[in-house]
Amino acid sequence: MKFDVMKESFPQLIGGVPETLLLVIFSLCIGFILAVIFAQLRLSKNRFWSWFAGSYIYIFRSTPLLVQIYLIYYGSGQFRIFLQELGLWTFFREAWFCAIMALSLNTGAYTAEIIRGGIQSVSWGEIEAGKAIGMKPLTLFRRIIFPVAIRQALPGYGNEIILIVKSSSLASTITILEITGIAKKIIAATYAPIEVFIIAGSLYLVMNFIVTRIIEFTEHKLNPQFYR
Amino acid sequence: MGEKNTALIAEDIHKRFGDNEVLKGISLAAKQEDVISIIGSSGSGKSTFLRCLNFLEVPDSGCVIIGGEEVTVRQDRHGKPVIGDMRQIEKIRSQIGMVFQGFNLWSHMTVLENVMEGPLHVLKQNKTEVCDRAKALLDKVGIADKFSAYPSELSGGQQQRVAIARALCMEPKVLLFDEPTSALDPELVGEVLKVMRKLAKEGCTMIVVTHEMGFAREVSNQVLFLHDGRVEEQNTPAELFDNPKSERCRGFLKMIL
Repeated sequence: MKFDVMKESFPQLIGGVPETLLLVIFSLCIGFILAVIFAQLRLSKNRFWSWFAGSYIYIFRSTPLLVQIYLIYYGSGQFRIFLQELGLWTFFREAWFCAIMALSLNTGAYTAEIIRGGIQSVSWGEIEAGKAIGMKPLTLFRRIIFPVAIRQALPGYGNEIILIVKSSSLASTITILEITGIAKKIIAATYAPIEVFIIAGSLYLVMNFIVTRIIEFTEHKLNPQFYR
Repeated sequence: MGEKNTALIAEDIHKRFGDNEVLKGISLAAKQEDVISIIGSSGSGKSTFLRCLNFLEVPDSGCVIIGGEEVTVRQDRHGKPVIGDMRQIEKIRSQIGMVFQGFNLWSHMTVLENVMEGPLHVLKQNKTEVCDRAKALLDKVGIADKFSAYPSELSGGQQQRVAIARALCMEPKVLLFDEPTSALDPELVGEVLKVMRKLAKEGCTMIVVTHEMGFAREVSNQVLFLHDGRVEEQNTPAELFDNPKSERCRGFLKMIL
């Protein structure tokens, strides 16, 4: 074990944490909004929208995230002229943008299914009670369906957050220097993969420990009756 | 005593599910302070009829008049009945309280939040006022010590009393009860009926689908006996229970009393 390499690489790897966190937070936020919309579409009575959302979910859940990242990052180059005309090339040129886009679309697909499950678990009686009291559809969704669904979906969504924290490491394959990217750079210079990856791995461990605590705390907060 | 105003009129309500015609033209008129009980064997259409009154079930034809406002049904291009003006229905639903067989309290809200939800987010009333009113109503139904409990922490009887308070907090013109005691353990039925008796005495207009013949007899001023989607017999409780005219009503009463 080269302990000196470990010691030296530690602060450098810590330097990648903000990058990783930004990737994760951006993708989760965008992905969540996508997920709420696509879960609604998936449950829509309109055949086209339901099919549309279903296809999106199917495609992004059934192909590897790495392939999605490559397709967006390298693939967009082939449509450079077209994207330039639309004024979008400035975005697609950036590895950052591509990584967040791929991660968001990916987590959006998984989360849409998690939320759909949550929505479908809301008891018909509670929905009917909302209707009977005169709620508008939007009020009903905002006040009854969504809060109940999210409580149901939270454990599953916690899984998804953890997966995204780990998946963000794939962004290193398209030149982004987050934790794993920096680790690879150090290894190229020091030839000490075990030492560096142990540190990098521990950083993910710590981040996900915090994530699980936050999820647990939120669960307690939202369902106080089960923890009295 | 002056003539009391009409609270709710339903005229010639028809409803079919597929090939099964559940309601074959039922009418009902409730004046203010009326307590109308609807009895009949299962499958007679009692609950469906009640649900047609606030359009949780859209009747195929017929009309409902509430507070002088008439709701008519229209048909879409496949001949399926649809609500014409959703806004109007929402407004009318906010004036009709409904108490369900299965309580249907919102599981993610405390007792107090359940009761305050409608006035706050449907009627957009002032929070402190609503809070005071909700607490007073919960006190009235005997749940004063459980404001911050969640529905899952209450017994069935308590949940149903909260559901009654929730309906009352909207200050409705009419209260609909859909077999409010059918899902309760026998020893809990009494506490819910007690609250309902109190409401009747205070002049609440109530339409009650029930299997509690004692309640129907003592509290209501009009009883409808439904059979096979029609009003088979309609009378004051004294007449209907002691001197039923139709053969079917006699049979039904003999079976359950």
